[in-house]
Amino acid sequence: MPPLRCAHQANSSTTDSGLALFVRRTQNAVMSEQALHILVIDENRIRASIIEEGLCGAGDVRVTVLTETNELMRRIVEIDPDVIFIDLGNPSRDVLEHMFNVSRAVKRPIAMFVEHSDQASTEAAIEAGVSAYVVDGLKKERVRSILETAILRFNAFERLKRELEEAKTELADRKTIERAKVILMKTRGLTEPDAYALLRKTAMNQNRRMAEIAESLILTAGLLAEEDGE
Amino acid sequence: MKNTGCEIRAGFIPLIDCAPLVVALERGFAEAEGVCLTLSRETSWATIRDKLAVSQFDIAHVLAPMPVAANLGLGPLPTPMIVPMALGTGANSITVSVELWGELQAYIKENDFSALSAVEGLAQAVRKRCEKGQRLLQLGIVHPYSSHHYQLAYWLASGGIVPGRDVDLVVVPPSLMPAAIASGHIDGFCAGEPWGTVASSKSCGVILTTNAHIWRNSPEKVLGVREAWANRNSECVAALVRAILKAAQWCDEPENQNDLAALLARDDYVGKSIDLIHPCLARRLKSGDGTLHPIDGFLNFASNAATFPWTSHALWFLSQMARWGQAELTSETIDVARTTYRPDIYRTAVAPLGIELPPANSKLEGALTAETLTGSPTGRLQLGPDNFFDGMTFDPDRIEDYLAGFK
Repeated sequence: MPPLRCAHQANSSTTDSGLALFVRRTQNAVMSEQALHILVIDENRIRASIIEEGLCGAGDVRVTVLTETNELMRRIVEIDPDVIFIDLGNPSRDVLEHMFNVSRAVKRPIAMFVEHSDQASTEAAIEAGVSAYVVDGLKKERVRSILETAILRFNAFERLKRELEEAKTELADRKTIERAKVILMKTRGLTEPDAYALLRKTAMNQNRRMAEIAESLILTAGLLAEEDGE
Repeated sequence: MKNTGCEIRAGFIPLIDCAPLVVALERGFAEAEGVCLTLSRETSWATIRDKLAVSQFDIAHVLAPMPVAANLGLGPLPTPMIVPMALGTGANSITVSVELWGELQAYIKENDFSALSAVEGLAQAVRKRCEKGQRLLQLGIVHPYSSHHYQLAYWLASGGIVPGRDVDLVVVPPSLMPAAIASGHIDGFCAGEPWGTVASSKSCGVILTTNAHIWRNSPEKVLGVREAWANRNSECVAALVRAILKAAQWCDEPENQNDLAALLARDDYVGKSIDLIHPCLARRLKSGDGTLHPIDGFLNFASNAATFPWTSHALWFLSQMARWGQAELTSETIDVARTTYRPDIYRTAVAPLGIELPPANSKLEGALTAETLTGSPTGRLQLGPDNFFDGMTFDPDRIEDYLAGFK
């Protein structure tokens, strides 16, 4: 069977309380009966779409994303998923588990996926910050490959976030050092390379980051300038 | 007992009763016992349970019935746990929406938190709603295996209100309770502080009664320890019990209340303003008339033997699990509940401190109506009153008879 193409179509529906829910449904004209319906619950839209994209690439699946947890129970009954992924830190997990246990509305018994898997994939899932629930009776191998994809995507998102943060810090550091250099050049009449070398040497001697030294210098210069102004 | 070199990773939920763990770390009690404690703030009990299961945590601040449920194999990913100590008693309240409070005004005259008049009033309101064909009231609990669930259900049932038939119980995370009650998603909830105070300060809820009025000095949170880890690290468990006990005693001192409120207010702990945390520490709650009232025995961190892991508490939880269809009452399940709480470990751990200890590991729950000095070795241990508001007593050796009494 040729791999199914994921066609994204955003739609927002309205709940009883009048709140707009952002539900993206992946729709397919020729949906195989065996296509697994996966629900991703994640308040982080960017991560949700990264996971969605990854899962769609995994083949014979349909993916629905919920980024709000209002009326969670009613939404799940409507969506009727085979597999649910929810980020580990979502406070609604206790709600979800209670629902699976007692609800008459949820027709099919749902269990936590990790119970049916080995310790290593359980650890990998929790490490990555993902928890998964599946309806009973699904083939283990089939769900496992989907779980692995989800774990990879969660990790990829974390990496992306980290890289972005690092890039932001680096940019901010560079700006700070630039400003400190200008101060040194003005007040001590140093050339640009000398000002940079002085900052670097000081940082090495004090075992601190250059940006920290630059920040202290800017702060001190600011204080002195205020005094001068008085 | 110094320098035992114990590195312990712990999970907690941002609630007032995480205080003994926080204070053990922040005020040096853990370090003094040679314990290097790392605390991780979590958002759901499910996450705490999962991280215990995969050894990311060794211990955790858990709902008192959770380890019993885990050892009975209930719920997802049950991991064998032991309870070497309790983390205090109390600090729960039942809060209702302003709308429901309006309906109850016709039946409840006094703002004295009385559990009896509150449930009688609620029963009349429920009856009235039924006659008018209005929807069932939705009441929030924090977890199916929580003292909040069992206390709320006990209180409702005593007033003739059957959970599931007359009202619906729904799980809502404690931090989301105020928003859920404000939006009308729920009509009331039973949760630990500061959430009742948060709801009442936002004028979306009114505190109706408290656990201290339903079952005085009732168990609330415990220290859950992964059994496999405990077996390999018995010295560390003992050192930790001592550290947390000293921290709990520190938390109970009135002169530390301001310091503790400021500490818990930090974003990495409870993350709520001092104004919302302090009333609970001062054992005061706002009633329907909008004023703060002192509540006797609302919260104990260490006093009245609040850290002692009573076997009778674990068995009471089992009785309620059986009562509400979560577990069966058999000699096996009784054995599991009986051996989950470990007063033996507690006794050994605190022996070097020379503190007063109860003479038994189990007691007839509900028999003490006032503070009582017990027959501890020196006869000077004070136990708090433990009576239920309906006057029932729980004999841990006769659980079946106890349950038969509810039918």
